[in-house]
Parts: sequence; C-alpha cells; structure tokens
Amino acid sequence: MSQVYRLSNGGRIDRSKVLNFTFNGQTYQGFAGDTLAAALLANGVDIVGRSFKYSRPRGIIAAGSEEPNAILQIGATEATQVPNVRATQQALYAGLVATSTNGWPNVNNDVMGILGKVGGKLMPPGFYYKTFMYPQSFWMTYEKYIRKAAGLGRAPLENDPDSYDYMNHHCDVLVVGAGPAGLAAALAAGRSGARVILADEQEEFGGSLLDSRETLDGKPAADWVAAVVAELKELPEVTLLPRATVNGYHDHNFLTIHERLTDHLGDHAPIGQVRQRMHRVRAKRVVLATGAHERPLVYGNNDVPGNMLAGAVSTYVRRYGVAPGRKLVLSTNNDHAYRVALDWHDAGLKVVAVADARHNPRGSLVEEARAKGIRILTSSAVIESRGSKHVTAARVAAIDVKTHKVTSPGEWLDCDLVATSGGYSPVVHLASHLGGKPIWREDILGFVPGEAPQKRVCVGGINGVFALADTLADGFEGGVRAATEAGFKAALGVIPKVLARQEEPTVALFQVPHDKNTARAPKQFVDQQNDVTAAAIELATREGFESVEHVKRYTALGFGTDQGKLGNINGLAIAARSMGITIPEMGTTMFRPNYTPITFGAVAGRHCGHLFEPVRFTALHAWHVKNGAEFEDVGQWKRPWYFPRNGEDIHAAVARECKAVRDSVGLLDASTLGKIDIQGPDAREFLNRIYTNAWTKLDVGKARYGLMCKEDGMVFDDGVTACVGDNHFIMTTTTGGAARVLQWLEIYQQTEWPDLKVYFTSVTDHWATLTLSGPNSRKLLSEVTDIDLDKDAFPFMTWKEGLVGGVPARVFRISFTGELSYEVNVQANYAMGVLEKIVAAGKQYNLTPYGTETMHVLRAEKGFIIVGQDTDGSMTPDDLNMGWCVGRTKPFSWIGWRGMNREDCVRENRKQLVGLKPVDPNTWLPEGAQLVFDPKQPIPMDMVGHVTSSYASNSLGYSFAMGVVKGGLKRIGERVYSPQADGSVIEAEICSSVFFDPKGERQNI
Amino acid sequence: MLHIFCPHCGELRSEEEFHAAGQAHIPRPLDPNACSDEEWGDYMFFRDNPRGLHHELWIHAAGCRQYFNATRDTLTYEILETYPIGATPQVTGKSTSPQLAVSGQGEKV
Repeated sequence: MSQVYRLSNGGRIDRSKVLNFTFNGQTYQGFAGDTLAAALLANGVDIVGRSFKYSRPRGIIAAGSEEPNAILQIGATEATQVPNVRATQQALYAGLVATSTNGWPNVNNDVMGILGKVGGKLMPPGFYYKTFMYPQSFWMTYEKYIRKAAGLGRAPLENDPDSYDYMNHHCDVLVVGAGPAGLAAALAAGRSGARVILADEQEEFGGSLLDSRETLDGKPAADWVAAVVAELKELPEVTLLPRATVNGYHDHNFLTIHERLTDHLGDHAPIGQVRQRMHRVRAKRVVLATGAHERPLVYGNNDVPGNMLAGAVSTYVRRYGVAPGRKLVLSTNNDHAYRVALDWHDAGLKVVAVADARHNPRGSLVEEARAKGIRILTSSAVIESRGSKHVTAARVAAIDVKTHKVTSPGEWLDCDLVATSGGYSPVVHLASHLGGKPIWREDILGFVPGEAPQKRVCVGGINGVFALADTLADGFEGGVRAATEAGFKAALGVIPKVLARQEEPTVALFQVPHDKNTARAPKQFVDQQNDVTAAAIELATREGFESVEHVKRYTALGFGTDQGKLGNINGLAIAARSMGITIPEMGTTMFRPNYTPITFGAVAGRHCGHLFEPVRFTALHAWHVKNGAEFEDVGQWKRPWYFPRNGEDIHAAVARECKAVRDSVGLLDASTLGKIDIQGPDAREFLNRIYTNAWTKLDVGKARYGLMCKEDGMVFDDGVTACVGDNHFIMTTTTGGAARVLQWLEIYQQTEWPDLKVYFTSVTDHWATLTLSGPNSRKLLSEVTDIDLDKDAFPFMTWKEGLVGGVPARVFRISFTGELSYEVNVQANYAMGVLEKIVAAGKQYNLTPYGTETMHVLRAEKGFIIVGQDTDGSMTPDDLNMGWCVGRTKPFSWIGWRGMNREDCVRENRKQLVGLKPVDPNTWLPEGAQLVFDPKQPIPMDMVGHVTSSYASNSLGYSFAMGVVKGGLKRIGERVYSPQADGSVIEAEICSSVFFDPKGERQNI
Repeated sequence: MLHIFCPHCGELRSEEEFHAAGQAHIPRPLDPNACSDEEWGDYMFFRDNPRGLHHELWIHAAGCRQYFNATRDTLTYEILETYPIGATPQVTGKSTSPQLAVSGQGEKV
C-alpha cells in the first residue's frame, strides 16, 4: 500500500497528479507539489541515510534548507548525477531517482552501524587525527575509506548535458526571503516604483504563511500570499525569483543568487532551457527577510528516525498533507510550538503529550491546547527517545532548567514521533557574510545581526520579530525605508489584520538534562550531519579547546554542508555551559558564503569547455591547421609546435625542421610576439629608463635587443625594439609578457614620470610576423619583395619598409636562430596572401615551416635565453652573462640599475647561466634537474644549480643544455653532476652557452 | 565584488574591470644611487598593512587603462574616495567611522 502516511485531505499538493519516483531502487508514489522529503515521509520511509561517523540510521528532521540528514544523491543517469541535494528542497517530479550516499550493504542494514554501536564510545572528537596519524603516508589510503563510509555523495563521471547561465542585474531594492516580512517589504518597495527583486529559496512564495494557522484580514494566510504575489506580478519593475537562494552577500551590496529554473521539472532541463542561473546583483538597498530556523532540543538518542523539528511537523501536515507518524510527543520551551500539537490534533491524530520546560505556561496557544484536552506536562522535557530504526517511545521527565537536573525518573510514553522546539534562531548568515558580528539577545535567546556598514535593512524573524502581526509591520516599514533610501517615494499602505495572541517568554533550554551525566547518557546529538554529540563538545572544552573556532574545528561542529544551521547555537550553549561562561562570551563562528551548496554548473555558468578561456589565433592559423601542425598553448595563443610529416614523431619532425633551417630556409609564424607602438617626443628617454641598455644613439632604421628588469634588478622581459622615427619606436616583447610589459610601461609613465610625453598602444594583433630564417632566406625573400636585400644596403639589426608579396611590409633583419633571418611584418589581414606567395616561391628552396619546438632548439644552440625558461625572476643580466646589455654609464638611474647593485646581487658565487655538455653525447639532461659538484657526498647534497633548457641537437651531433651553476662562468671546463631519481648520475661539462657558430658569422652575411 | 568609481571615466564600475596595484604614494627615489641598500630595500619591499584606512593604487585595466588612487577601509572594504595620480587624498587618518563615507565622495564611491 502506498502513501500510508498521507492524510486524506489538506495540503498544497495536487492529488490528481501522481508522480512515480525511486529511492534506493524502490519505486514510490507522491503528488505534484511534494518535496522529495514529503513524498518519502508519506510512504513511511524512515531511514534516509547513515550518519557520518557512527553510521547510525537517520531520518528526515526538517522541512527546509536546514535539513542535516536527508542529503541525497539525485540523478537517473550518470551524466545527471547531483550530490548533496537536500530532499527537503527538492521538488518531486515524475521519474526522480534518489539514493542514499552511504550504508553497506544498504541503509536499512548497515555493517558500519554495528561497529558504530560497539565502537561509539571509542570514537571521541579528534578520533581520526588521533588514530590515523601513523604512518603519515597512509593518510591518503585511510581517507578514501573514511570518505566512502561518511557518505559524501559523488560527482558525475560524464559531462553534464545541461546549460547553466549567469545574469547580471542592478536593482534598487533586493528583498531576500518571501515569507510574511519579505512579501510585505517587497510590496511596500514595489508600490513605490522602485526596481525590486524578490528572491526565495522555496518552490513558492509565502514561507511560514504556507502552513500557518493564522488568518490575515479574516482569510487564510495563503490567500493573502496569493493576492500579494498577484499584485507584485503586475508591477513592471518587480522581478520575482522563486527557487532562488540568495547565497552570498558580498562587498558593496553585490549579492549572488542561485536560481534553479528546471530542477523541479525533471532529471535534466527541457531542450533549450537553462537549468540553473547565477544572478549577480548589485543592489542599492538590501532587505534581509531571511526569517528564523527552529532550534531542536538536544536529548538522548535524539537522532533516531521519528525525532523531528516541531515546525517541520506542521509544515508536512498542513502544506503537504503528510503525517510523519501517528502518535506525537511534543517537547518545547516556548508557546509557538503548541501550534504543532494543535495542527496534529486537528488532523485527527493522537497527541500523546506536550512536555513544556516552563513552570506554568498560560499563553493563548497553550490554553487552546488545554481546551482541546491535550495532556500538558509542565517543567518537563523529553530526555531521551527509544527505537532502533524508528522511535517507539519517549521518556518524559521533570527537569529543573536552572540547575540543569532531572528531578523525576519520568515515564516512557508510547509514541512514533517526537517533535521538539528549543526556540528560534534568526537566520543571520547573509548578514554576517561580510564579517558583521551578530549580537546575542537574551530576550529572544538568539543572535541577531549587529551594526554593519552595508546598505541593508533587516526585517522580521532575522530581527527577532516573531509574532506575525509584528513581522508584517516590520516588513512593510523595512520596504518603505529601503525604497526611500534608494530615492523613491514610498508609503506604508494597509497592513492586514492578524489576531493578536498573548505569548509568554521562552525559557532557555538547549541541551536537555539527563539523569546520567552527558558522557554516560545516551548520545545527545548536536550536529547530526557531522555526528557531533554534546559529550564531544564537553570533551573538547576539557581538552583545552576553548575558542569557539577551535571547538568547531576539533569536533567538526557545523562543518557539514548544512553549515550547522540546526546545531551551532546548541553547540555554543553547551560549550559555554561547560566552561561556565555565557553564550555571548563564547561568541559565534564565522558565516561564509554559500548559504546552501551550489552546483559547480552554476558556478561555472557558460565558462566551460571551449568558452572557459578566450583562445587567440594568429592570422595564419588556418594554414597551420591545413599543414598538419601540432599546437602548443602559449598564454592564450595557439602556436604551431611542430609540423609532423608522414607520421613523424616530435623528435623526427624537430630534427628535420632544424636541419632545413640550418641548411636552407625555414618559416616561423612569430605573430604572437607582443608588439607595442611607442610614440612621443620623450619616447627615446623613456626607453633609456625602462631598458637596461642605452637607446640614445639608435638611429632611425635600426633595431636593438633590450633587457627589461624590475626595480630589484632581475630580468623580467626581453625583445627587440626598432626606431621608426625619432619620436616613434616599435617594441617587441615575449609572447606571454605582452600585456604585463604594456602595463609596466603605463604605470611608470602615469605614476612616476607623467612629465614624459610618450604614448603606448598595443599593436600585437595588427601585425602578422612571418620569420624567414636560414642561409637561403635572402634568395627566397628577394623573389617576393622590392626591398634591396644586399648585405650592405640592408645589414644585420636594421629594418626596411617596402612591399612583400605586393603588400606594404616592415622587414626586420634580426635573428633568433643564429641564421640569416628576416622578420616580415604585414598588416594581419593580408598575411595569408603574403604567406601563400612566400610558400610558392619557397618550393625550390625546400622552405620548411617550423614551430616553437624547433625555434627553442635553434635559439638554445646559439645560447639565446627565453625569459621565463632560462630565467626565474632571480637573475640579473650579469647572472645571464649578458652584462654587455647593461648601460653602466647611463645618466638616469634606470629601472633595475640600483637593484642589481645591491650587495647580494654583486657577490661572488651567484648562480650563473652556462652551457652544459653531457659527457655521454647521447644522454639528455632533464630540464629542472638539480646539479651538484660532488655526486658522492651524503644526502642531502649541496645543490649548486639546475638545468633550465635541454635538447638533443642534430647540428651539433650531441645533446646539450643550458643551466645555472654557482660561480659557473669561472668554472668553464669543470664537471657537474646531476643525480637522478633512479640512482643514476649524469655527468656534464660546464661550457660556454653558445654552442653553435660562436662568432655569429652565419647571421651576419 | 567592489564597486569602484573611476575618476577618469566618471562612473561606478565593477571590480572585475580593475586591478589593484599596491599601496599608493610610494614615490620612486629621485636618486636611487644615493640610497643605501636598506633604504632601497624599504622602497622596494616594505609596505603598510593597516587595519583601517589605506591609500591604494588601482588601474582601470579593462576600461580606460588609467591608474588612480583609492582610499579604502581594509576592515569594511568601503571605498571612501578615488582620486587621480598626483592629487592629495581628502580622507586620511586611521579610523573606520562610517561618517567618513559621507564626508568623502559618499554615494558616488
């Protein structure tokens, strides 16, 4: 028989729409309008999971986002798996598939549970730290099993088929929460014409009004909700966001809202619809109407399924038409919870007794319960419950709240549902996200938001305003205030009439006393998600963890995905009592975003796959693809890495490409190099200050290599800069450094030397650069250009303007390979045509395209550095043996000069860049390998440097490397050793870093 | 996410358009060569880390590419004023009183 716990009538569900769903492989039925939790309770499902540490059976406790136990895995297919979904917040849909995340062989019969029973006493807080410490290397192994046993859900192994989105908004008033206070505030602000967003985490607006016994203007509360929502829908400036949790309150009134658009419709979003959306809202004013969470009482075995929050029982009865039991015992310390007994009684169910911790409660609801003949036991509380897989009885005893003692043995009452209410904790999370400290209020026994610089208004339950009439008034006033402060004329309007009730104060009761002391009493759970007991908190304080943050970390209190919404205040109260201090002296832990867990999909939005990061292509990219290039990512750029032919591997391809460049001519796409156009009368002076070398005498038509240092004297970029006109230069930077260098130039011009008239423009994408390199490059280029390439007319380190392939070009005669080279720069959108002409003309010269790998080998043979590979931010030009590039007599103290003259930068024995030649010419030194002078010394060895670049070279006939070695330049000819992880040692000779054509004759012909 | 008033653009824009560039008002010594190693080290590496008001250098990197200064409260993250390079801050001192926001550029920042 299905839905045995469904009431015959009532609830905001559609009984005509029956929905099938499965839980742990078994099929059940529920109704449209149910949450998964409501449907599970309707079917009498007691156990939804096993607890984190002791593997105790656990059932549903709450009806909202505070639920600590019913944290389920949802998803019908591998791709649609969603972990850690609170069943209380998941709308039921046809075909929903849910599973518990732990329990073996299943949640009803769990092996770990037996261990938990036996070993429970042996698992104090810090158990894992204390037990699994040795050997340390085993932690990873332990963790795998602990994690599995703890039941933390799992991520899908396949790609999520759904789309997720971001939406950016501005609004005048953002109202968080659509309970009575939030609806009132939204109405007041909306009527003023302000741009209002109203967001609520539930399936529909109304909050507590949806299961309220109260009437507004003599009508059911839900009718008022419907009228307000209808009016708000008509207001053009109001945006309504149900199923949207405001998860983070960030700086300057920036809030993030996680909206679940289709999670209630099915396993994945309907075609063309976005599943979830992250709203990023900048609000002029924020109204926090987040309400309050009911606090459970802490008593023995309070985690046995069938122990629930009182308010949740009312929600299930009135909103979902589900009775999570037959025989109720209610334990309370306040008036408000009596409505639960009344709702239960009105539904025709048995209220066994109400245990009230107070002496002589006489409030209106209490009297109403008395009048209905409900048995009320005063100065009493449920001190423990009994039952293995479900509650079968509750022990109610007389207690003295002041002395925290049980004063009578009490009696066991036969029941199958224990509902408890220990008062109400304002939901201060969002109000505290920016560090605002909440303030304890003894009159309401809860923390409320303190003063904060944010432009926000708190209304209703979050302020400790609980009575419905007051909440509505507070909401209206808050809405008016927020709209007014945002610059709108707002009026209060008519507040609906609510029957005033006489309510008596709540008595402070958190942990219920037991006749045994806490350590001996049945387990009293404070944080059910993380299995933290009252005894554990007492132990933590005894062991010296006195700060609330330490208690939290030691016991894991509040560390679950529920962030301790139910347990934290009780935990604080227990810690405070065991240390003999007050709750405000104890203080709260920090609240951090997000309020409830967010899927990674919503966090990523559209920023996944090929949209994760922008990709930059050169103008010649299509040609590279057509010619079979393998690509390498350099920053955001796709650069050809090598061009394999006929199934060549990288080594064969690079060897062939290198040979072609050295023997004839190669072609490199160098378009990605950063290019900065520098103009202004002080451009030359600026270059003098920013580069290490001198620029005063660089004539128009010439180019020069320059090093750039930071103020500390360490090299941070390099490149060739050409003089275009006396006031005009073109600077090239490394591919990865382009943006960094531009910003570097700007900061000095704007903040240090605003008197220098000089302007910078990035022209990286405007120009495409085709580098022809090799002994035949002159012959080849001469076939496609009108520029005079004669060696005297166009010497090394100069540039010319002319036509290449019929297109205006700037040709630079500079070389990064050591060969005769021309860098042809043309407007990027002409580049493909120019390339095709060069390729056609290059056939007879075996023109060979080459990629970055060949470029690296060729430049390393020449000892040319790559900044970022051969340097690491700790190397001066002298360390790189590039002292020739340092203008030691320049009049202005250029950037880096003072820094590189610090004591530490001029000392002997700094690591210096040298060449390394393995003694065995076929051995390749791994890049990054550490170097030592004496390989026989005991470990730890004295490391004297490391390998920065290493290649096999065809031109040389042996492998070679560059690296840094302490005092290396004075050790040319000596040996260094590189001990490898496998125990072998590579022996190498320190040599000059210029391996090929040391006199530089080939580039200068 | 901060909301920052760019004094060059004259608009409040989101933090993601900006980059922070460290403490403001740290002039490069006019004669670096006259600095001792210690003085140069102070210029290079030592910065304030106040709890309260802090004058900071920012760049509107994805906007006008101009640098400017901001006076920010490191405790509350309020930005009390933004001002061009070379200008003197109007809001100074150490306190974190919310009134400063009003005496500064108020709503605008």
